[in-house]
Amino acid sequence: MFLTFPIMVIKVNTIENIVVWRWKNLFIVGIGVFLLSFVWRYLIKRKEVGKKKAEAGELVKPPITQRVLKEPKFYIPALIAVAVFAIAFPFVFSMYQTNIMVTALIYVVISLGLNIVVGLAGLLDLGYVAFYAVGAYTYALLNYHFGLGFWTVLPIGAAMGFLFGVLLGFPVLRLRGDYLAIVTLGFGEIIRLILENWNEFSFGPSGIANIPRPGLFGIQMSLHSSIIYLYFLMIGLTLFTIFVVNRLQDSRIGRAWIALREDEIACQAMGIDKTKTKLTAFALGATWAGMGGVVFAAKTTFINPASFTIWESIIILCVVVIGGMGSIIGVIIGALILILLPEYLRAFSEYRMLIFGAVLVVMMVFRPGGIISDVRRIYRFEERETTA
Amino acid sequence: MCGGSTGLKNAKQQHNAMEPILEVKTLTMDFGGLRALDSLDLAVYQNEIVALIGPNGAGKTTFFNCITGLFPPTKGEMLIAPPGKKPTKLNGLKPNIVTANGLARTFQNIRLFPNMTVLENVMIGRHCRLSSGILGAAFRNRATVLEEEKVVEESYAMLKKIGLDAFVNDFAKNLPYGAQRRLEIARAMATDPFLLLLDEPAAGMNLQETRELDELIVRIRDEEGISILLIEHDMKLVMSLSDRIFVVDYGKKIAQGTPAEIQNNPAVIKAYLGEEIDA
Amino acid sequence: MEYFLELFLSGLIRGSIYALIALGYTMVYGIIELINFAHGEIYMIGAFTALIVASVLTMLGWNQIAIILLASVVAVIYSSAYGYTVEKIAYQPLRGAPRLSALISAIGMSLFLQNYVLLAQTSDFMPFPSLIPEFKFMESYEHIISSPEIVILATTTLVMIFLAFLIKFTRMGKAMRATAQDREMAMLVGVDVDRIISFTFIIGSATAALGGVLIASHIGQINFYIGFLAGIKAFVAAVLGGIGSIPGAVVGSLVLGWTESFFTGYVSSDYEDVFAFLFLVFILIFRPSGIMGRAETEKV
Repeated sequence: MFLTFPIMVIKVNTIENIVVWRWKNLFIVGIGVFLLSFVWRYLIKRKEVGKKKAEAGELVKPPITQRVLKEPKFYIPALIAVAVFAIAFPFVFSMYQTNIMVTALIYVVISLGLNIVVGLAGLLDLGYVAFYAVGAYTYALLNYHFGLGFWTVLPIGAAMGFLFGVLLGFPVLRLRGDYLAIVTLGFGEIIRLILENWNEFSFGPSGIANIPRPGLFGIQMSLHSSIIYLYFLMIGLTLFTIFVVNRLQDSRIGRAWIALREDEIACQAMGIDKTKTKLTAFALGATWAGMGGVVFAAKTTFINPASFTIWESIIILCVVVIGGMGSIIGVIIGALILILLPEYLRAFSEYRMLIFGAVLVVMMVFRPGGIISDVRRIYRFEERETTA
Repeated sequence: MCGGSTGLKNAKQQHNAMEPILEVKTLTMDFGGLRALDSLDLAVYQNEIVALIGPNGAGKTTFFNCITGLFPPTKGEMLIAPPGKKPTKLNGLKPNIVTANGLARTFQNIRLFPNMTVLENVMIGRHCRLSSGILGAAFRNRATVLEEEKVVEESYAMLKKIGLDAFVNDFAKNLPYGAQRRLEIARAMATDPFLLLLDEPAAGMNLQETRELDELIVRIRDEEGISILLIEHDMKLVMSLSDRIFVVDYGKKIAQGTPAEIQNNPAVIKAYLGEEIDA
Repeated sequence: MEYFLELFLSGLIRGSIYALIALGYTMVYGIIELINFAHGEIYMIGAFTALIVASVLTMLGWNQIAIILLASVVAVIYSSAYGYTVEKIAYQPLRGAPRLSALISAIGMSLFLQNYVLLAQTSDFMPFPSLIPEFKFMESYEHIISSPEIVILATTTLVMIFLAFLIKFTRMGKAMRATAQDREMAMLVGVDVDRIISFTFIIGSATAALGGVLIASHIGQINFYIGFLAGIKAFVAAVLGGIGSIPGAVVGSLVLGWTESFFTGYVSSDYEDVFAFLFLVFILIFRPSGIMGRAETEKV
């Protein structure tokens, strides 16, 4: 079956429009595909062997990521190293790099939000970007009309996200699985299209410019220092998000979300209100998107509907799944990789999206559980109970 | 086992003295043209173990699904009267409200939360008896912390009672089959029910496990004061366990009475074609 | 009245085009419960293949009927091969993995194919020759419906009948239905499930390619991005009709086509897509499994 593969790829690739025949391409692609197919088959075989081993009950060593996370000996120094790196980052690297890092951190925050919806509660939301847009436009419009500042709007943006989450979530949460996915996708597109077409309200495709960056007690800042300021602001917001999401995960509500993901009917039979639980997950996820949107608007100082296409939703979803659903650290790593990878792939310029797509496929084929899979919280207090 | 008419009379007199804790009247359920339940009457009294038996496809699980709010019945009335509380009509209540009202169930084909630990599974059962909300979870005020500690303690105690404490931190999906069935019971018990609905609790269990289950169910009734309504095919278990038995076939009740009466009932024997009535 | 008829027909044509793509979505979904995001890309590749073949043949001076037939056949073959390969690479290793993982893999595949065509064929819109000839006998009706449109309708109908026949009456169709209902059970009774899935992808891709050729020659230009937009629309149509159901995909597509056409015609074209999506949400709220979808009652 792999023999048909190279043949097909070559031919379509060879002809451009009418006259140009590119035999050279054919040659390169042919060789490349031939070699790759060997690598591919080797890897698949290895994966299968691993699977069989696991099934046979042989002890498979827990993946290194997991061991590192479990041992305090490892993770405390790692945490310190990350903290030092995070603090030093804007002073060591250029402004451009810092700017990218801010973007990546925004993605960390909103991905953690989506992780609540998809990873914990198991609701596939393909229109998440709508809430991101709501946050961004909340800031832009409130600032434009009323001159409200960043700090005032940040909570308003979060509240707007929550509100829209409830409003949109309410009618659709009866739907299951993929129907929910397509309806959320629909809502995402509806919001974007409204922003694009309702000129009087949103200034249409031309967007809103000159959105002020966040201020600090009215101090005037240069572009450079304001980016550094934004960077630390984002670090703070990220820490806050991690803190809250982590606690939610271990709470009564968080448990209900996971149970809902695992088995809806059993969950109801255990006395959990399905609609309410879904709605809280949906709305809370939206809250984080709202906040992320406000920061995004403040960072770019210009927004238009083109920033909020369905691809954006898809990328955020990729972050969550690639990182490892339900795992906070996984999602953070996923966000950093997926957002920074295309940026650093600029060296390959036109090939970067091609590579990005391929990476997604390869990742999923060889690590379907995401980078950090299997990490589950274990209640450690039982030992104490047994002695008591 | 007490059989014969004197035993029945005693039971009847006893029942006349009090109201049933679950009373179902003319319950009917249609699926399209198929009548799965045909004006079924059933009552369960305090501290009873009642069995619902019948051939496969007789509508037993449908009956459970109607009471617990998963299917809206076509016709009929379902009433509960939790001891010490006023009676409530179950018709039209959502499953979670039914559970909150004190009816808990297990499932025929085990429905645990496979990727949660055993302890977490039981903690989910406590969910409806807890109250902490989102803000509490995010900022961990004192009430939330205390509540969480209590849940863990209670859930662990429950696991001990059911005999699953060795598995606390294992994933539910990794438990042996019999233990999964017991975990379902533990999870249902965690919701603080006054009536426990068990859907084929012994299915797939070996002799040893079935015997343990028998003891467990009696203990639940005697020590916790929880009444039990169970669906079961293991006649030996049903006969030794139940105070009363209801037999359904094609959605209709064909007999009811004590184990001894049921064993000698010609209609029942006919429904089963004589099989398995040699308890 | 004339205006109404015009909108009705344009909706019908739109709908039948959506249907050709939606069928692939629905068939794949019915069998492996995967939203095949790369399906739109397959359709786009079909259009490109046809374009390339047609261009070459035109240079060689073949006659029009031969060109369109050959171009369609080649497009169908190529797209099927792509569908087959995509399934083998990106989905088959993920069988049994969490469903979201397969979805992400599909998204990755979609990105890959899009950019692959982008690199190979540039991002410009390319003029697509109108391959479908003008029929003589159609001239008197020309103001209502054009010849290409008739061809589109006829092809769609034929494909639909063919598919219905295939699924209802052939051995393969029976095996497909069995696999869709219960994969493990089908395997147990001796159905080669992997082969059935590959076959489904091939059939789905072939119809999509046919759709690609027809639309491209109808609209007259293509670029690498057409697959994604059409894919989303067709997917909406499939869900609208009840995903997994083949008649549902057709009905959903027609309903979507008419909705869009009438809304644009009578209200406004700016909010066409908004309305289409709102309509979808509305339908799903009242019929959570789509128009023709069976309400799933989960066995408890």
